[in-house]
Amino acid sequence: MTDGPSPRTSRRARDRVEAVVLPVLGVAVTLAAFEVAPRIGLLPRSSFPPFSEIFATLTDLVTTAELWEAVLDTLDAWARALAIATLIGVPLGLAIGSNHIGALLSRLTIDFLRPIPSVALIPILVLVYGTRPSLKVTLAVFGATFPLLFQAMYGVADVDPVAKDTGRAFGMGWWARLRHIVLPSCAPYLATGLRISASVALILVVTGEYIVGVPGLGAEVLVAYSSGAFERMYALIVVAGLLGLLVNLGFHAVERRALSWHPSHRPDEGATA
Amino acid sequence: MTRSWIGRLVLLLVVPVALVALWWWTSAESGSVYYPPLSRIVEKLQEDWLFEQVGSDLVPSLGRFTAGYLIAALTGIALGTLIGLAPRVRRASQPVTEFLRSIPPPLLLPFVLVVVGLGNASKIVLIVLGSVWPVLLNTIDGVHGVDPETLDMARSFGIGRRMQLTRVILPAASPKIAVGMRTSLSVALILMVISEMQASTNGLGFQVLSAQRSFDTAGTYAGVIVIGVVGLVVNLGFLVAEGWIMRWHRGARGLLEDTQRGRRPARGPGARARDATTTPRDERRMVGTTGVME
Repeated sequence: MTDGPSPRTSRRARDRVEAVVLPVLGVAVTLAAFEVAPRIGLLPRSSFPPFSEIFATLTDLVTTAELWEAVLDTLDAWARALAIATLIGVPLGLAIGSNHIGALLSRLTIDFLRPIPSVALIPILVLVYGTRPSLKVTLAVFGATFPLLFQAMYGVADVDPVAKDTGRAFGMGWWARLRHIVLPSCAPYLATGLRISASVALILVVTGEYIVGVPGLGAEVLVAYSSGAFERMYALIVVAGLLGLLVNLGFHAVERRALSWHPSHRPDEGATA
Repeated sequence: MTRSWIGRLVLLLVVPVALVALWWWTSAESGSVYYPPLSRIVEKLQEDWLFEQVGSDLVPSLGRFTAGYLIAALTGIALGTLIGLAPRVRRASQPVTEFLRSIPPPLLLPFVLVVVGLGNASKIVLIVLGSVWPVLLNTIDGVHGVDPETLDMARSFGIGRRMQLTRVILPAASPKIAVGMRTSLSVALILMVISEMQASTNGLGFQVLSAQRSFDTAGTYAGVIVIGVVGLVVNLGFLVAEGWIMRWHRGARGLLEDTQRGRRPARGPGARARDATTTPRDERRMVGTTGVME
């Protein structure tokens, strides 16, 4: 089988096979480990069922409307939070990053707010919102604004000054320069910021649901946990993980497609990364 | 660019001072339960946190945080180096690590509670399970991305495997490892707070939540401020330590950048955006904004 026409093509063929086989193998070994570990007592069977049982519960679960309602609740809050965070973070970041005084003015405030663990706000938000969905949206907005803000700041600071001066010399107005020079030049930064913020927002929405019990995927996990329905609990956690994975991969794909014109995403350079 | 350092200082301070003043002034006469006077919060801060609850809550919180974070960092670096050195293992483990790190870390709390139990150990395990990913993925990336020519050179000089690891591979990967460790730091802090919000009897997270449950609003705000200050101090501490440990690296880079100054940065926006194809790596550009690094 390994006797290809030349050593180079056979190596390439082997490489292609490995690219498919190895990830599949990795997943299979992991699943097998989660199947066997509870059975041989490596994980306590009473609180961690073998994977096959979790999977069976999962397949039942995806046919229920309950699950999809919870997922929709979660995604709804996530989308709102991401939209609000973008509307706050990007304009603010562009404004701060494009002038020296703005950077100085905002610096201490941002440096103080950023390291505050967003979940610390939960008690205050409970006081204000109770268990209404606004709680998780606000929580997620707080966390998801910062990545966008910073990416916008760095993006605007990295705009080629020659391009800006050229625009000015040609008499382009403020809006035209923003639209045709600044934004396209920042696009890779903003796309990266959007992707990070999307993940952060999802995590915080689910956290708000889990800690406070706001309806959604996180609250379902909490209910399953407190009623001792462990198969269901793990199945829901798997769903949350898949959702997170989907968000991350989705935004990666959007980033690649939307920015295929940009030098950083052209294939020749990408190959070296 | 702004004239003098006094001018800069004024600009730096004006917004924070104005915000605090605004808060103080608008809350002074506030009768709202949700918006207690700032003076009351400050009083509460002194009553509770100077220093009555320091030993009973702050110290246990910081202990669990430190233990969890250090275990996560060491595990991530060790495992990441092994995986990064074995291309096939890296490929095989990729879908699994991508999935596991996509699970919102707080949802690992019920898993940890039922499998490990309710004590200190479960909180540390949660911090480890949640914050190991950024270090792990960045270490894999950094070790995998070591310049092959440098490695070949080391080999051709007959440098042994161990020396290659400690003198070539790990130093080359260290900037990435540092980025991962910084991201992990915030995750670990978040999980420290969350783990104390459920099934706990002490700690910062426990205190804020119980203050809220007993409608002690000023106490809730005071606790949130303490958590914020802890976050700030821990982050600053990390930056100082990082700056000190990585000073050789910044020195080397600074030289390089000096020779390029005046022109458009050779790396350009593209290079940075490409560096940042997964979440943990993105923190890199955020490093520069916290003052201490610059």
